[in-house]
Amino acid sequence: MKKPAPLDVDAILDDRGTRIIVCCGAGGVGKTTTAAALGLRAAERGRGAVVLTVDPARRLAQSMGLSELDNTPRLVHTAEGGGQLFAMMLDMKRTFDEIIEAHADPERARQILSNPFYQSLSSSFSGTQEYMAMEKLGQLRRSDEWDLIIVDTPPSRSALDFLDAPERLGRFLDGRFIKLLTAPAKAGGRSAFRLLNAGFGLVAGAMTKLLGAQVLKDLQTFVSALDAVFGGFRQRAEMTYRLLQAPGTAFVVVAAPERDAMREASYFVERLAEERMPLAGLVVNRVHFSPAAGISAARSAAAAEDLESKGEHELTAAVLRLHTGRMQLAAREHREQEHFVSAHPTVPVVQVRAMSEDVHDLAGLHQIGELLASGA
Amino acid sequence: MDSRDTDWDGVRLHVVTGKGGTGKTTVAAALALALAAGGRKVLLVEVEGRQGIAQIFDLPPLPYEERKIAVAPDGGDVYALAIDPEEAMLDYMEMFYGMRRAGRALTRMGIVDFATTVAPGFRDVLVTGKTTEAVRRRAKNGKRVYDAVVLDAPPTGRITRFLNVTQEVAGLAKVGPIKNHSDLVSGVVKSPETAVHFVTLLEEMPVQETLDGLAELRSAGLPPGGIFINMVRESLLPQAVLDSAVKGRFDVGELTLGLKAAGLADGADAAAVAESLVGEVVEHARRTQIERAERASLDQADLPRYELPLLADGVDLAGLYELAASIRNQGAA
Ligand SMILES: Nc1ncnc2c1ncn2[C@@H]1O[C@H](COP(=O)(O)OP(=O)(O)O)[C@@H](O)[C@H]1O
Ligand SMILES: Nc1ncnc2c1ncn2[C@@H]1O[C@H](COP(=O)(O)OP(=O)(O)O)[C@@H](O)[C@H]1O
Ligand SMILES: [Mg+2]
Ligand SMILES: [Mg+2]
Repeated sequence: MKKPAPLDVDAILDDRGTRIIVCCGAGGVGKTTTAAALGLRAAERGRGAVVLTVDPARRLAQSMGLSELDNTPRLVHTAEGGGQLFAMMLDMKRTFDEIIEAHADPERARQILSNPFYQSLSSSFSGTQEYMAMEKLGQLRRSDEWDLIIVDTPPSRSALDFLDAPERLGRFLDGRFIKLLTAPAKAGGRSAFRLLNAGFGLVAGAMTKLLGAQVLKDLQTFVSALDAVFGGFRQRAEMTYRLLQAPGTAFVVVAAPERDAMREASYFVERLAEERMPLAGLVVNRVHFSPAAGISAARSAAAAEDLESKGEHELTAAVLRLHTGRMQLAAREHREQEHFVSAHPTVPVVQVRAMSEDVHDLAGLHQIGELLASGA
Repeated sequence: MDSRDTDWDGVRLHVVTGKGGTGKTTVAAALALALAAGGRKVLLVEVEGRQGIAQIFDLPPLPYEERKIAVAPDGGDVYALAIDPEEAMLDYMEMFYGMRRAGRALTRMGIVDFATTVAPGFRDVLVTGKTTEAVRRRAKNGKRVYDAVVLDAPPTGRITRFLNVTQEVAGLAKVGPIKNHSDLVSGVVKSPETAVHFVTLLEEMPVQETLDGLAELRSAGLPPGGIFINMVRESLLPQAVLDSAVKGRFDVGELTLGLKAAGLADGADAAAVAESLVGEVVEHARRTQIERAERASLDQADLPRYELPLLADGVDLAGLYELAASIRNQGAA
């Protein structure tokens, strides 16, 4: 494998022009951990950082004092040089509610907030979390109170969901069906479907049969209320998009050295290039190394077999078996990274080794920060 | 057909959930093979639109159609179905109202897209509806068409909402056909014919999610199944050695001699190599200790447990049959 350029994390953190870092990647690879570790390291290097996390592991959240979703940044740590780390955990529903409250008169807001469809949309739409994370990022950035904002992205099934979700939600609200539902109201509140063509009459009939008349009514109320409020929904999504393209933004793609995660990382890197969003580099997290890499898997296995057949040095044989497994794993992980590196030779990469324990406190985050900065 | 006792005799719907990436699809596929073994007919259902079943069985993408994809050990057939909510809705409208044309119109209008966006509950009721229909389906002779159905389900965080369809659509549709349909689904998923299995790894987050997911499942009155601990590594060293290694104690002298005897190193070099190998042992010992703690946390769940080995070369077809055999040997099927 050609050696990729090393990702210089400290240079990014030290550059005062860096205002937003987005950590993204497939599920479970270490996005939240990386985001928090970068935040701590930024603070240690004198910056005022806020980490917007989405789904921290419970013990990590507790150790950062994030026992509740409260949507406001809390001070986690003040470093010796005066740098600070703040953190907050995203409350998706509340963020959504706040957008409604900010854009609707109280009566209309009440109507929307109590509508069963709104409640369903705001608490379980699969893109809502992504959208709200981006919305919150936009709010934090626009407030201009933060020197450096680090965002952790939601645990989507795919790394790309978070780029697509705002657009999808926007498109959805602009969708043909929604237009049809709202059209009667706009035409002066005449009976729901009379103005529309026969095709829609058929649909309305089927919907009524399928869902019942009340559901259809709830739906219409919801859609027209939301439509009025969210005239600018798409513009909002676009504003955030532009923020992500700005030069002060740095995307850090996180992957584990496994096939699926590396493939996701590849897609993501290509996608960022298409969207002209600034990529800082790739973090390959949870990589296994061996302190005794001089003994290859093959030699180790042969030696173990030799000892076993002689019935000597049982313990050594067992240790060599362990080492064989470790070397095989390291080789496999290396292969999984090769594809990425040959496809994207210019993307800087840093490897972070797999700790034997989960990362659940500031000491652990500090250690990950060191590894991010130095590699291995 | 053999008549061994298994832990899940009487269960016809096996729902497999777990944190993403723990091996839900793999375990669901292996379980389907294991259940089919000995001449049974099993349907493996996928709902997340990822074509995971096709990938794992090395097949081209599956259509929305039940088709035979594998033969189980000692005879027995595994069928597969990738459920597409849009197609499921068309089926549903046809079946209950003879309204396929209206259904097509709904699809064109983007209504399914709409419903799945604004109300995942609607989507879920379509998907679980199709699945439970397969569970209940009978042939002309009155016998069930499938001996068992295995559902590769959404992850732990979503499983209770997914199965608790009545609850989920209740807020949206208090009466009417959707409500009736969801009651029918509920009748199956809350019955003793259903078991919800959890796949986990011996790591903090998946174990925590399993326990949280299980509590949620229980409070919704849904029937828990077993816990499948996946990707278990065999421990090569005796427990006593591991116990002292965790505390940093290890007989480096003996290891040095062993390395020399094996011809891997000599002189001062042997001692240095031994030192670095000890680092590896200590790390392994720590890892094993954590795994033991995670196993102990799983005791709280109080459910039958099965352990599946980490396959060194990943999961290929042969590996899948190996996992299926392991599932059978442990009495899960
Ligand atoms: N380098 C590492 N070594 C060991 N454990 C790690 C490492 N990075 C992350 N973890 C652990 O992996 C789990 C998943 O990490 P997390 O950051 O929550 O992933 P994501 O946000 O991508 O879903 C956590 O329990 C975390 O402590
Ligand atoms: N027992 C196992 N040994 C080795 N690899 C496994 C094992 N179980 C699953 N895997 C691998 O782990 C990855 C995730 O498994 P998958 O079944 O797709 O998980 P999920 O459906 O939960 O996302 C896949 O690459 C799969 O091949
Ligand atoms: Mg996360
Ligand atoms: Mg899967």
